[in-house]
This record gives sequence, C-alpha cells and structure tokens, in this order.
Amino acid sequence: MTDIPNGTLGFVMLCHTAFHRAAETARHWAERGCPVVIHVDRRVGQWSYDKFRNDLADLPNVLFSERFACEWGTWGIVAATQAATELILDRFPTVRHVYLASGSCLPLRPVRQLIAYLDERPRTDFIESVTTEEVGWTIGGLNMERFTLRFPFSWRTQRWLFDRYVRLQRAVGFQRTIPNGIVPHLGSQWWCLTRQTLTAILQGPDRALYDRYFRRVWIPDESYFQTLVRQVSSNVESRSLTLSKFDFQGKPHIFYDDHLQLLRRSDCFVARKIWPNATKLYATFLSDDAERQAAGEPNPGKIDRLFSKAVERRVKGRPGLYMQSRFPNEDWENGRTAAPYSVFQGFSDVFENFEGWLSKVTGSRVHGHLFAPDRVEFAGGEAVFNGSIPDNSALRDYNPRSFLANLIWATRGERQCFQFGPADLQELNWFMALDSNAQISVISGAWAVPLFKSNRNFADIRREAARLQKIEIEHLAILRHSTAKARIRIWNLAEFIENPMEPLQTIVDEISPRSLRRLTEAPRMSDLAGFGQFLQNLRNQGMQPVLMGDFPSSDDRPNESRRGRPYLVK
Amino acid sequence: MTHSPADLLTAYRLRWKRRRLLGRAWRRRHDLRPVSDRRAAIGPHDILAFSCIRNEILRLPWFLDHHRSLGVSHFLVVDNGSDDGSAAYLAAQPDVSLWSTLASYKASRFGMDWLTWLMMRNGHGHWCLTVDADELLVYPYCDSRDLRALTHWLDSTGRPMFGAMMLDLYPKGPVGDHPYHAGDNPLDVLEWFDPSGYGIRIQQPMRNLWIQGGPRARSFFTADPRRAPTLNKVPLVRWHWRYAYVNSTHSLLPPRLNAIYDTGGAEAPSGLLLHTKFLNTIVTRAAEEQQRGEHFSNSAQYDGYYDALTRNPDFWTPQSRRLTTWRALESLGLMSRGGWI
Repeated sequence: MTDIPNGTLGFVMLCHTAFHRAAETARHWAERGCPVVIHVDRRVGQWSYDKFRNDLADLPNVLFSERFACEWGTWGIVAATQAATELILDRFPTVRHVYLASGSCLPLRPVRQLIAYLDERPRTDFIESVTTEEVGWTIGGLNMERFTLRFPFSWRTQRWLFDRYVRLQRAVGFQRTIPNGIVPHLGSQWWCLTRQTLTAILQGPDRALYDRYFRRVWIPDESYFQTLVRQVSSNVESRSLTLSKFDFQGKPHIFYDDHLQLLRRSDCFVARKIWPNATKLYATFLSDDAERQAAGEPNPGKIDRLFSKAVERRVKGRPGLYMQSRFPNEDWENGRTAAPYSVFQGFSDVFENFEGWLSKVTGSRVHGHLFAPDRVEFAGGEAVFNGSIPDNSALRDYNPRSFLANLIWATRGERQCFQFGPADLQELNWFMALDSNAQISVISGAWAVPLFKSNRNFADIRREAARLQKIEIEHLAILRHSTAKARIRIWNLAEFIENPMEPLQTIVDEISPRSLRRLTEAPRMSDLAGFGQFLQNLRNQGMQPVLMGDFPSSDDRPNESRRGRPYLVK
Repeated sequence: MTHSPADLLTAYRLRWKRRRLLGRAWRRRHDLRPVSDRRAAIGPHDILAFSCIRNEILRLPWFLDHHRSLGVSHFLVVDNGSDDGSAAYLAAQPDVSLWSTLASYKASRFGMDWLTWLMMRNGHGHWCLTVDADELLVYPYCDSRDLRALTHWLDSTGRPMFGAMMLDLYPKGPVGDHPYHAGDNPLDVLEWFDPSGYGIRIQQPMRNLWIQGGPRARSFFTADPRRAPTLNKVPLVRWHWRYAYVNSTHSLLPPRLNAIYDTGGAEAPSGLLLHTKFLNTIVTRAAEEQQRGEHFSNSAQYDGYYDALTRNPDFWTPQSRRLTTWRALESLGLMSRGGWI
C-alpha cells in the first residue's frame, strides 16, 4: 500500500468471473488513492472468493461487501449495488463520487484525469437515464411493460414460461401501478453518482416502497438508479462514463488486444467488457505509461462507425457473395450477384468484332460466349480468369450458378459483359432474368446470321435453325415474364438493323453513365445481302422463322444500306 | 415451426443413422491400443484437438505448434501404423495422448470411427477441433485472439459449431521441386491459393454444404467434376457425446450442426483450414496411397488423380493469390468474421 491518502473518487466493482483481472484493476485504483468496494456474486464458490480476498488483503482501502446472487435481469444486481455503495459511503467519508464498474472493466485513462474531470464537475451525476419512449433498444420486445407487468420467471432459463406469462398478463389487461407516479427511466447499468444523490436515494423515506416495486421490475439494474436519480438530482448528465458496446443480439461486445488503438481513440475513462486474456490491454492500460496520452472529452462516437459496420456485415452480409458461411436462399436478395453486368444476345452475330468495339467504348471487360458449349470464352482467350476460374466447360456446367456468381464477385470493380445465345448453356436463364444486376439485351433471331453465312448443307442449317429458334423462344418467354427483375431489352433483327445506333447508345449509356458522350464510332455491321432470301428458303423448306421480324424476301433495298457503318444519331 | 410428415421421417432416419455411427465407433474401440495416456491433465474448459495420422513426422512439429499457439490444450491422436517415427515423436509430447492401431483406415470410415469413440469418451462438453495433420486452422483475428476467445464468443452467441473450408495451398512451380524440412513453416513453401472458383450447393437430407473447386478440381477433375474433393468442413464443435461426424468432418449429426451458413443474406462466422497437402512429399506419397487404396471408398476411380499427382503437377496460375493475412482471406470472401469485432 502506498501512502497516497484516499481521495474523492471511489469504485464499486461487481464481479463474478476472472477474478485475477478484477484484482489487478482494483489494485490499480486502490494504489492511486481510490477506495474500492467489491461485490462478488454469491453463486461463486468459496475457494475462488477467498483467493480473491487474499490477493487484495494488503490493501486497506479495498473492502468486500455482502454477497447477493446476481442472476441476469433480476433484483440481486441492484441489491448488491446498494449494499456495496452504502459500505463505500459509510467507510470512506472523503468519497464524493462513486463509480460503478464491473470486474471486466478496465481504466483507459489515468485515474488522475478522471478525478480532475470529476473535480471540475463536483455536483454532476453521470448516468444514462432516458424515458422508455426514447429508448432505442429493447430486449425481448419489452419496453414500458418492464414496469407494468410481473416477471416471476427467468428470461434466460425459463423463456417459455416467461413469454407465456407476459402474454397472459397482456390478455387479461394486468397492470402494476407505479408508485408515487414516478416516470420510469432506462439506461446503462454503469454510472458515476455523487454522495448527495446516492444518499438521497438510499436513505430516502420511500426507499422500502421503491425497492418493493423494483424487485418485480424486469432488468431493474438498468432502471432503478436511472429512474430514482431523476427524483433527487437536478444535475444529471445522461451519459455513461463507461464505454460499452452491444452487438445485434444485445450482448455486450468484448474488447481484445487488437482493440488497443480503438480504445485509446475513444478517450473514455473506463471500458467494458475486456477479455480476461487480453494481456496487452491490461499491461498497457494498467501501467502508468498510459499517462502520455492526450486528455480530451470522452468520445465513444469515434468508434461507433466501426461497430455499426460490423453489425451490418453480420446482418446484411456482402451482397452477391456466396461462400461457406453465407449462402442466401434464392430470391432473398434483390441482386443475386455482387455487381452489375451485361449480357448481349445476337450482337456479335450482327456486328463484326462487337467485343472489341464494346470494350473500347465502355472500358469494361467484354467476354465472348461465357456459356459456349465447348469452352468458356473469357476475354482475350484466357485459360484461367480472375479468381483462378478456369475456362473448362465441364466445371462450369457442373455448377453454373456458382460459376457466374464467382466471376462477378471476383471481378468487383470492373464491369463484365458477355455474349450469349441459344446455342449456349441455358441453365441460368431464370437466374439472370431475376437478377437485378443483369442488363440483358437481345436481338432476337440474330443467331440465323452465322447460319446464313455458314458453308453447311441446307438440311443441317434448317434443323439447327429450328433448334435454336425453339430455345430462343423459351428464353424470351422467361425474359418477358412479369417477375423478371433484370434490365431487359429485346428487338427483333429487322427492327434493330433498321436503326441500330439508338439501342446501342442506350445500352452504352447505362453501362458507363458518367461518360454520357455520343457514340462517334459504330461497330461494323455484317453484310446481310441475301438474308431475306435465306429466310425465304427456310420457309420453303418447311421451317418458319418467326424471331427475325419482317425481312422482304427479295432484296429490293440497295445493298449499301445493309453494309458498312450505320447512321450516326445526331 | 411446422414440420411436414416427410421432415419428421427424415429426422427419424437421421437419428437412427447417428445411433448407428455411434454404435460402430463403440464396436471399433478395441482397434485402439493406448500408447501414452495423459488425459488426466485435461481441465474442464480445455480445448481439445482430435486427429488421425499416418506417417506425418514431417508435418507434426509445425502442426502441433500452430494449434498449441491457438490455445489447444490437449491433442488426442490415433496413429494408424506410422513407420517414420511419428508415434515416438507424439508419445514424447507432454500435451498429446496417443493411441495406435494397425486396423484398416478405410474400414474405420477413414479413421472417423476411432475419433468418434475418443470424442464420445473425452470430448463431451469441450470445444473439440478435429483436424488432419495437413490442416492448419485460421480464422478472423487469429493473429491476436486465441481459440478460447473465439469459442467463448461462439458460446455467447449460441453457436455450438464453427465452419472452416479447406483452402488448398500450393507452391509456384511443380509441387515436388520445393524442399521442406520438419519444423519449418509450411506456409513459406506453400504460398499460393485459388481466391475464387469454389462451387457451392446444399446437400439433403442433412442440409450440409458441398463445396468443391480449387486447384485440384481445375487440374484433375475437369472430366468428372462431381468427383472433385469436398472442401467444406465443420472442424470445431462444442461436443456432446451423442454427436457424430458422418463423412470426414464435412458433415455431422444432428443436422442442425451443419448450419454453418446463413440463408438470410447475413454472414455467419467462419474460418479456413489451410491445406498443406502439396508439400514436395506428395509426389511419392501419392503413389503409396494409390497402392494402399485406403483413401477413397471406390479407390480405383481415383487412379487418374493419383497418376496426375505422381507426375509432379504445377497448380500455379497467373490468377493465383499469395497467402498474406487473415484480413486478405476475409476480404476475398473465403471466410467471415460474422459480427465478431
């Protein structure tokens, strides 16, 4: 024990586990002139309790108070706080502010700074205390009802009875009366109150009445002092000096060694809960080296962003990511993939080197037919693409959904475009149609152009045309379905080649909205002279081409308009 | 929750399947001969590791140290007929209890019957990590928080299991050309991995994941992708004696323990098992494994796989990623902190 006299600040510590750490913290405060009263949960074994006491036996300003069983959400915690507070006020007359802490609390700033801070505000009570209407958090869906119902069953261990009993009371309209018309307030359990306020609460004439009432309130440790302080104090600062964060399940976050910088930045005086094995945190903050840091106003808000980001990651996840611990049900997400992408059907049949042109005007990655039957036609003919995704079609076809989702995920930040057609794998037609990230543009019937140019026997061509047409009709039915979420545009071949620039401009604007420049260079269109006759030949052979639109069988239009670069739209 | 009659029937069947697995393990308990039994040192809150090994003297020193430093207190190991000194090495470790057996690995469900028995007897109430000697567990914050912190947090969120996909590591260049010595960090040799390209589906009736892909799938199984190795695992479980792994640690019963993934768009916590299979010894080892035929239930169908391995393959591609920190693995979407901050 050092010779520092006891000062104006005392600590009450509620402990139930990790006593070696609680002892370190208590010693830290006691040796710096702050009396400490420790409450140990009654449910803790005698052996641990004795050892804990022994560890601190050399410190005359550390006392242990009467023990109560502290089950979460019950009156025991308040009873323990009352007893320990009475003891510290009684035995240490110099104490002006009592700081309620737990065994897993850790001082982040030198206690000297905290004392100075309180000395400047000698009459102020620091306690988070808000009315039930303003509370943003609720556990078990209860708020004001914490104060008007009875809770004889444990929420943790008798949840079924707890819920039924609440429901029953609601059904019969049971309501407890709140004594003296006090207004219930809620707030963090961890406060720092003045002697005046505490004695006014603990020695007030109505204490028995209030105790009897709060004994049956649910989670009274978050409401007893928070409510009564409003009766007796005129100088309440409604905030806790203890930094504590809660996760999306309402459980307190634990701080680990890697939170060191974060805790420093908060400028808070005390934090909880600290992981008992966080050796670096204890070594750093319990040493006097910590004195070096600048002393600002406590600002827990500085680290809020990080916490809310983590909660968002847990609750919403990273959109479009399919992995071992995130596998959303179909239709769960608006976008089924991680980023927008474009699917072009028929464009590379109508234009020569469409891929090269598109890549140049949009700056995006333009693949060939990713779902071609023989191999994945990655841009540039790559054998292995981003993310080590191979061009093997058997691997792709084994799990096409994962293939596409992986590709879009692995190329985040660079828009992917690819060609598609009725000769390709059709398994993802619904997946893409329902994906709001997909931009699907179709020139229906364009698949006939390569057939028209091919050097195959006409009987083969007719058979292939019939097959492709059937597939494309089914695909178009999906794309026209009312539930489709993709941005879908469909032209037939005839109307598209009549005026190709406007559709192209629309698509390009959508891909790169910021550029908003007029297309000056158009892709070169395939020579379609004789295509009308080709379709007529198909008809003559008994196959009915229906997806191309209206092509006159006799090529009466001048060849020039079908050949070369189309008009530019001014 | 409502259950259809079909669901109830499935649940009933799986219950019996689990009982059969436990019965098998119980009957096979005589396969195991205790070599060194230090189980008296196990404390009630210790994290235990279970492993079945054969000729792993090269990997054991690093394997044990890695998991020791993560907070594993005791290793319970079955040695299936090693002849390279693995058994003597393990028997000399103060935190290893060792059993040995010469019985068939395949007939013991690839060692799972033996491990199930050991877990039934010793794992109840503990967090149990079941890993092979060529697997190194990593998880979010593993550089600053040990397994005690992770399991304490999992307990507090009510999750009794933790998924960790196998991530196949490989060197740059043919796998046989990179020498490795016992005790070295295998991650200095096996620095590369595939950042994406893993295919996922859900398997009924246990609703476990089935993840395939990675370098082995793209190099060896292009002709028959269905046979590509399964990568999903649930290696860390707060054990109950009535639990049973079904197929390696890929899936287990009761089925709720397979729900390592979130289906509502959120991210559940997960880690990775860094797979150090492709040290230079794989080339000779593959020939031996092929000849023993103890590693697949229909071994003959994997001849092509073994042949390819003995030809000293190179898995590296320009799109391979170099292994750096857990943060990089997480941001690639291979694992997730799942709300742990």
